[in-house]
Amino acid sequence: MLSGMKVKVLCRNPDDYVRETTRDIQRVPRNYDPTIHPFEVSREYTRALNATKLERIFAKPFVASLDGHRDGINCLAKHAKTLSVVLSGACDGEVKIWNLSKRECMRTIQAHEGFVRGICSRFCGSSFFTVGDDKTVKQWNMEPPGRGLQEEPLNTILGKAVYTGIDHHQTEGTFATCGQTVDIWDEQRSSPIRSFSWGVDSFSCVRYNPVETELLASCASDRSIILYDMRESAPLKKIIMQLRSNTLCWNPMEAYNFTCSNEDYNLYTYDMRRLDVPVTVHMDHVSAVLDVDYSPTGKEFVSASFDKTIRIFPKNSGHSREVYHTKRMQHVICVKWSADNKYILSGSDEMNIRLWKANASEKLGLLTPREKAALNYNQKLRDKFQHHPQVRRIARHRHLPRDLFKQKRELREMKEARRRK
Amino acid sequence: MAGGGNNEEELSPDDEHIISASEEEDGSDDESKHAKLLEAISSLGKRKRMKRTERSEASVQVSEFSVNADGTGEKVNLSDLLGTMDKTPGAPNKTKQQLKNLQNRKETLELPLSKQQTEKIQREVAYDKSSKEVSRWETVITQNQKAEQLVFPLRQDPTGPKRMEQVVAGWKAKTPLEKEIFSLLHSNNQPIHDPLLTPAEEASIKAMSLEEAKIRQAEFRKARVLQSYYEAKARRERKIKSKKYHKLQKKAKVKAFLKQFDEMMKTDPAGALEELKKMELSRMQERMSLKHQNSGKWAKSKAIMAKYDDAARKAMQEQLEMNKQLTQKLVVPSDDDDDEERNVEEADALPDFVNDPEPILDSVNPWMRGKLTQEHSEPEVTAVATETAVETKDEGQNGQREDEEEEENEEEKLLREFERKRKLRQDEDDDLVPVPQEEKQGERFSLCFTKPRHFLAIFSKLSLFNRLMKSSSVPPVPEQTGAEEAELLDEGLVRVRTMDDLEALQQDVVMDTTQPAPASATPAPSMETTSEPPKKKKKKKGIDPNEVLTKEAKVIKMPLAPTVVEEEEEEVSEVHAEQTAIIKEAFAGDDVISDFLKDKRKQEKAGQAEVVDLTLPGWGEWGGVGLKPSKRKRRKFRLKAPAPPLRKDQNLPDVIISEKRNSSVANHQVSQLPFPFQNSTQFESCVRFPVGQTWNTQTTFRKLTAPKVVTKMGAIIEPMSKEDLPYKTNSRASLCILYIQSKLLN
Repeated sequence: MLSGMKVKVLCRNPDDYVRETTRDIQRVPRNYDPTIHPFEVSREYTRALNATKLERIFAKPFVASLDGHRDGINCLAKHAKTLSVVLSGACDGEVKIWNLSKRECMRTIQAHEGFVRGICSRFCGSSFFTVGDDKTVKQWNMEPPGRGLQEEPLNTILGKAVYTGIDHHQTEGTFATCGQTVDIWDEQRSSPIRSFSWGVDSFSCVRYNPVETELLASCASDRSIILYDMRESAPLKKIIMQLRSNTLCWNPMEAYNFTCSNEDYNLYTYDMRRLDVPVTVHMDHVSAVLDVDYSPTGKEFVSASFDKTIRIFPKNSGHSREVYHTKRMQHVICVKWSADNKYILSGSDEMNIRLWKANASEKLGLLTPREKAALNYNQKLRDKFQHHPQVRRIARHRHLPRDLFKQKRELREMKEARRRK
Repeated sequence: MAGGGNNEEELSPDDEHIISASEEEDGSDDESKHAKLLEAISSLGKRKRMKRTERSEASVQVSEFSVNADGTGEKVNLSDLLGTMDKTPGAPNKTKQQLKNLQNRKETLELPLSKQQTEKIQREVAYDKSSKEVSRWETVITQNQKAEQLVFPLRQDPTGPKRMEQVVAGWKAKTPLEKEIFSLLHSNNQPIHDPLLTPAEEASIKAMSLEEAKIRQAEFRKARVLQSYYEAKARRERKIKSKKYHKLQKKAKVKAFLKQFDEMMKTDPAGALEELKKMELSRMQERMSLKHQNSGKWAKSKAIMAKYDDAARKAMQEQLEMNKQLTQKLVVPSDDDDDEERNVEEADALPDFVNDPEPILDSVNPWMRGKLTQEHSEPEVTAVATETAVETKDEGQNGQREDEEEEENEEEKLLREFERKRKLRQDEDDDLVPVPQEEKQGERFSLCFTKPRHFLAIFSKLSLFNRLMKSSSVPPVPEQTGAEEAELLDEGLVRVRTMDDLEALQQDVVMDTTQPAPASATPAPSMETTSEPPKKKKKKKGIDPNEVLTKEAKVIKMPLAPTVVEEEEEEVSEVHAEQTAIIKEAFAGDDVISDFLKDKRKQEKAGQAEVVDLTLPGWGEWGGVGLKPSKRKRRKFRLKAPAPPLRKDQNLPDVIISEKRNSSVANHQVSQLPFPFQNSTQFESCVRFPVGQTWNTQTTFRKLTAPKVVTKMGAIIEPMSKEDLPYKTNSRASLCILYIQSKLLN
């Protein structure tokens, strides 16, 4: 019966779709007539939903753990010129130099007696400085000593008081330390070329402004943040907060903005020209924030907290976009964002340095152009439909340990109660 | 000085002592001499060592210039010194006067400020200075914030030729081949270490930033395109054979010239005078020649014909008229109406393509006109465009042009067709809700772009985002952000690992949305509004979910391309009949159409309001078996609900339009206006444009999906440095364009 049926056959001309040489791009005949591609919004919505789900499924931020320290890690520093090298100082005075690509320790130095309080690399990456509880500033060569030779510092400066932090100038041979005063040192001299003090207080952190390189900021134990200009003889300005700030970090792309991590569980971003009111208050931690570091693009920053998590905040958002935690990670003391904007390093109490992806679901390694295009499209879709409840719900969901969750809820309740009053 | 002087005084006796010791060497007895000698030697050594450490000037008491230095210990007062001022002739009178004034003044100077206060002032000054210094970054920072895409590291290696030293730093010729090449280069004095660019060239390269160069390049390109267009136009016009056209052209030219002349009279009288002389000369020539005198061969033949032929007579008359005109002395017209006309014509003649991004040059060519997306029927055309259209009609060259541009239009027609179809579809969508005015305006705005629809999409979006950026550029007040900003993360105890978990999450959402959110700071009133009938929805400010996501099921005709060439007529009909028979046979069992109709009727019935009977039998009257409530009561207590609004599918026989809110869809819809958007239309238009490859061309797709931040793999992103500060904008590019423009017009 069906034999009488006429079957229409598709006929195709190979000229329409076969490329002339292998170097040509593939010819894909497309008809963009909207009538044959209907339901564009619904289809894109479905794609966005799938993209969001996949993003969450692929969100495995933890990359590696570097173990080898015998005490809690107190400070971290990036190598100024090499991405794969990271320096860490521990609470037993040991400094380790790590190779991230091999995930192994290259060198161990017993740098100080007591804590290594601060560590920083020279701008050229040829040497690094450490300060410790033994009231010394030491400069070390980045290269290991020859075979059979002992680890010796290039320079040692004996100070009068304990130094609690150090930072190096972006382009010149000067560095700043903080302790009882904030001192500016010339690398060639054994006494500070300038020393700032404003009332009697001890400082916990000093940081050079990476853009406007003569400016400095420090956190003092009298709950204040003080700004300095290296060229002036006196400090510039002081703000006093409700609780002490632990560390601060300048935005590497915005000369006048800096963020400080505070004991009151929040981070504050300030514009140094208008210090009376913070630009943004970043909340989400449930315990004191111990360290903060900006991404090199200046769009986000990462914070480490006593509540055993690290969080990533967009620079102008009041809440975090990501929270990282593992069962074994204890109080996170220090955190750094790698100079290629891809990774985050965190050093914590339980002697491990952890390497995280800055973008949890990012695929590492080289991508083919098609992969890249697909990823970009997915990202765009997620952005486009981010306000839709399903997409938002999936994109926002994060797992938190029970105690943290409870603390968070408690804090929220407290806040709401306070607001009701 | 004084201290130093004292030291010298103390030392001087010892010196004397030493000298005397050496002098007294040959006196008294040996022992004492010896002792003295020893003493002297010892003291000498000591003193000498001491002395070596001191630096001293010539003795104070014994001056080598035999000037008495008696008053060394005394203090010198300023007034003593000033006393000599009057006597010295070298001192200027002005200084003397000033000194006198000072002497006369009796007031004491003010006490200096306390240390704390001075420090405070110093701090304030320094802070102001540094905050001012920091503010110069503001432009760069805002620019980066608004940038569509940022590529890190910010300082990429400059493209173009590099110096040899830069490339070959720390590299040596090793292989024999390299050595040979280098020796050759050396022997021929080729630049090895000399820079490829001279310092001047390099400076000129540095003088212009990349963006400026890009802008300039774009402007150059535009100018070049315009030039080639003008050239093509001129060539085309030259080829036209129609005499009438040329005649009209000439007339227009003369008219234009006259107008130009008018202007010249005002602005450049000398030039105008010269022109006038030229005209006078041509008039003289005209008067001398026999042209247009109706004395030529053509005129004579016409004169014969003139008796019978109206046209010929007219032609002759025209000729005479022309003669009169050409030989007449010039009278300068300067009416207001003419002025206006002239302005219009100037606008046509001199397209101001520096100020105007899309110059209106030709009314016929839509690519130049930028009216691609406009419907044919739409009368809204910019004023200048209409003027030009009128102008070109006057010139009477439309027909010819259209023929020529048939081919050019083909592609555009296709695009317009697409646009029309999409619009039709959108209109269908918008049946429920009238097309928002915002969006229409956006479209009108994008009319001026010459690119097809996809670019239109980009641009309208861009403009939207720009608007949003402007609105959101105000820094948020921290209290507000703390209170109102929703948390970015939704932290819980559930760990999501698989797709199934995610599905479960979604279902949670369903549960959540059905229950009222307890803790959220902003309740969702719009959820309720969405459940109301759609007519009210239009007026509400919240987002209409129908516009965002829901696509009502509707029949779309899919035009299938003819796959087989049509066969002969009779065969076709035969086959057709056969085909229908087969289909009928195949689907004999199910009557889809009647099922559909039944379905529709059911739906209609469900939508109709029911009559509620509230009569209570036996209430207020006798009740029982066989007794019915009275008619009056029944009428009174039978409540008829108001008639439902007319169904949308009333006149559509094969469509069912359901106006019920679909709760399963509601879970996917946005219930509140998201933050950066100011009204729902903005948001809707943002969502409506598809970005995928399915709907956009490759390049558009790439542009639409470009990531906001691009980093280079393995590159260290340095903080911003002073080199990233913007260059001072110079006006060279614009000057250059002006130059090109003037060249083109001449």
